[in-house]
Amino acid sequence: MRLMSGNEAVARGAWEAGVAFAAGYPGTPSTEVLERLGTYDEVDAHWATNEKVAFEEAMGAALGGARSMATMKHVGLNVAADPFMVFPYAGTNAGFVALVADDPGMYSSQNEQDSRYFAKVAKVPILEPADAEEARRFAGQAFELSEHFRTPVMLRTTTRLAHTRSRVAPGERHEAARDPFSRRVSQYAIPVYARFRRVELEEKLARMRDFAEEFDGNVVEEGSAEIGVVTHGIPYQYVKEVCPDATVFKLGMPYPLPRRRLEEFCRRFETVFVVEESEGFIEQELASFGIHNVIGKERFTNIGELSVDRVAAGLIGEPVRADFSKDIAILPRPPVLCAGCPHRGVFSALKKLGALVTGDIGCYTLGCLPPYEAIHTTFCMGASIGNATGFNRAGEQQVVAVIGDSTFLHGGLPGLMSAVYNRVPTTMVLLDNGTTGMTGHQEHPGTGHTLKGDPASAVDYEALIRSVGVQHVNVVDPWDLEATERAIQAGLDHPGPAAIIARRHCRLLPVEKVEARIPYRVELHDCVLCEECMDSGCPALVWEDDGPHILEWECVGCSLCAQLCPADAIVAAEVA
Amino acid sequence: MPVTNVLIAGVGGQGAILASELLAMAAMAAGHDVKQGEFHGVAQRGGSVFSHVRFGARVYSPLAPRGRVDYLLALEKLEALRYAHFVKPDGTVLVNDHRVEPIRVADQRPYPENATDFLERQGCHVVVLEATRIALELGNHRAANVVLLGALSKSLDIPAKVWDATLGERVPERLLKLNRRAFAAGHAALAAQA
Repeated sequence: MRLMSGNEAVARGAWEAGVAFAAGYPGTPSTEVLERLGTYDEVDAHWATNEKVAFEEAMGAALGGARSMATMKHVGLNVAADPFMVFPYAGTNAGFVALVADDPGMYSSQNEQDSRYFAKVAKVPILEPADAEEARRFAGQAFELSEHFRTPVMLRTTTRLAHTRSRVAPGERHEAARDPFSRRVSQYAIPVYARFRRVELEEKLARMRDFAEEFDGNVVEEGSAEIGVVTHGIPYQYVKEVCPDATVFKLGMPYPLPRRRLEEFCRRFETVFVVEESEGFIEQELASFGIHNVIGKERFTNIGELSVDRVAAGLIGEPVRADFSKDIAILPRPPVLCAGCPHRGVFSALKKLGALVTGDIGCYTLGCLPPYEAIHTTFCMGASIGNATGFNRAGEQQVVAVIGDSTFLHGGLPGLMSAVYNRVPTTMVLLDNGTTGMTGHQEHPGTGHTLKGDPASAVDYEALIRSVGVQHVNVVDPWDLEATERAIQAGLDHPGPAAIIARRHCRLLPVEKVEARIPYRVELHDCVLCEECMDSGCPALVWEDDGPHILEWECVGCSLCAQLCPADAIVAAEVA
Repeated sequence: MPVTNVLIAGVGGQGAILASELLAMAAMAAGHDVKQGEFHGVAQRGGSVFSHVRFGARVYSPLAPRGRVDYLLALEKLEALRYAHFVKPDGTVLVNDHRVEPIRVADQRPYPENATDFLERQGCHVVVLEATRIALELGNHRAANVVLLGALSKSLDIPAKVWDATLGERVPERLLKLNRRAFAAGHAALAAQA
């Protein structure tokens, strides 16, 4: 037995099933699946530029005869929706599994989104495990299912499953036989053929419905004759904890559903509880079968994450215990930019300039919080640039798009080309910290290394941005406040599109990549107690009774607070 | 065996997740079913972090229900308050006598000074440990998590040799000596208080 997170177990199961190729783009809570796959010598795993590319690469590899996996979070599937919707028409050759991780509760996402609907639209079957051991097993079964029906399969997880460790019984790897691609154009090209495939897809779905009736991951656990529950995935654990004696229909395959078995199950009870997280997907499917003796979303909210407490409230009416925030000051503690974070200088400059700032996805979204409040919108990967162009067309003059290096390569470039092509003077600040920061330092096409740590070519941002027609390109060190401010102002003043590349490595990267600096200290006898330094929002600065202090072990010597200090009271510790 | 519920809370970077991973590994090695569920993703960025460890004959939910936690380990005092409603009526709160001011966002109230008294009034057994100070004396304030874990180990039925093997398996070689000493110091500190 080994202790594994859901993500590690998915990777393990895929490896055991002989997966040969895997691609993905980082996104919490899916990231560790591909990272773990990358640790296996037998798996050719790499980070793709974005989820659409990852999906298409894995799709090509599966058509080419290699068992393949694409990994992404729920919003990543939006990016990959185009291939996801058309692939089922052709069907796969070798097994193809899309690992899609949803984030109910939005722990690290901009929205809640129930990916089961996507699978239904695409007519793709879903497997959804309830713990790490099942994740290992279902990953293998997903490949078998995929090859049996020649269909892509969605392996759906959620944050709770992905990031919970539990016991796993790992098995051996079985190499999968390789089935070479045959060039049957009628299967893979143009609408005149796709019309036939459309009919076949419906026939295939009917066969998959029959399979659902037999699938051993759809299990009835017999218990009380009074309480019947239909559930799936992580909510199954909550149900068992609250009502260990209930009769439970656990759906390991939430789409397509085993209609006959569900009809038979629901006839046995006066009312059946449907306990599912996010939307009432199963409940709606049951309604479409004419099964109406069901209590579902009216008791178990579609907002946020479920829990034992929420399920107990819905099943047995137990009230949910409140926290103590009414009785004592439980101050919120949001995440903050790290000490020495290179983004801080950009936000200090932007705040001073007072520009309207369209943001993007990454650590820098934290720039919308006090003390900066320097980002005014954040939506989705790459949106900052298109949004800035739109604001400009609506008459807003001082607009800046702020986007990270990984996000720019993922989805920012098309927005920049559109701005240039349409002669809109969009100003972009590219925060080049040399990594994918928010998800925990994944490599990308700009870092010079692959997922497996091998050296790779690195995108030359200056050349890339100039090549699409941006003539005003400026590189600046974001630790230099004045220079950063000047560069952004110059970009705004430039009559055409402008790019400012704020370049400095993320402070959390391994030390060999990051230049070491001496920490700073406050000379209290020079301090005028103006609190300008505190406005940097740096976690190394604390306010004591006698004024500001710098925590020596937190400070990395970026000197930003010293640059903000009007009294020159903050100095490098060595100098003092 | 009934399920034992432990909740470990702290500020991103304090090692709450590592401590819970160590506990989960030790519980599994001692023969229990175990689940360890955590909130991370932005954990390195100074936000509030929690992790639940549940072990026993059979564990279902990754997170413990509210009002059922046997032991709350808090690496920071405000974080003890944030998760106190998870503690069962006669449960134990092991709290590091350490304060990290949060960055002020919307709430301008002062940092609560009376966390320990408040927790005691809720019926919790409160044990205050200077885990960060102890860790600093051992050479690294970041070992406070393992000091608290050593203190918790006094109350759990997990053999000393299992703990030792778990530390050896999970902690990098260069930090192993420090963490073994931190664990022992936490264990001893609680013995001295009892």
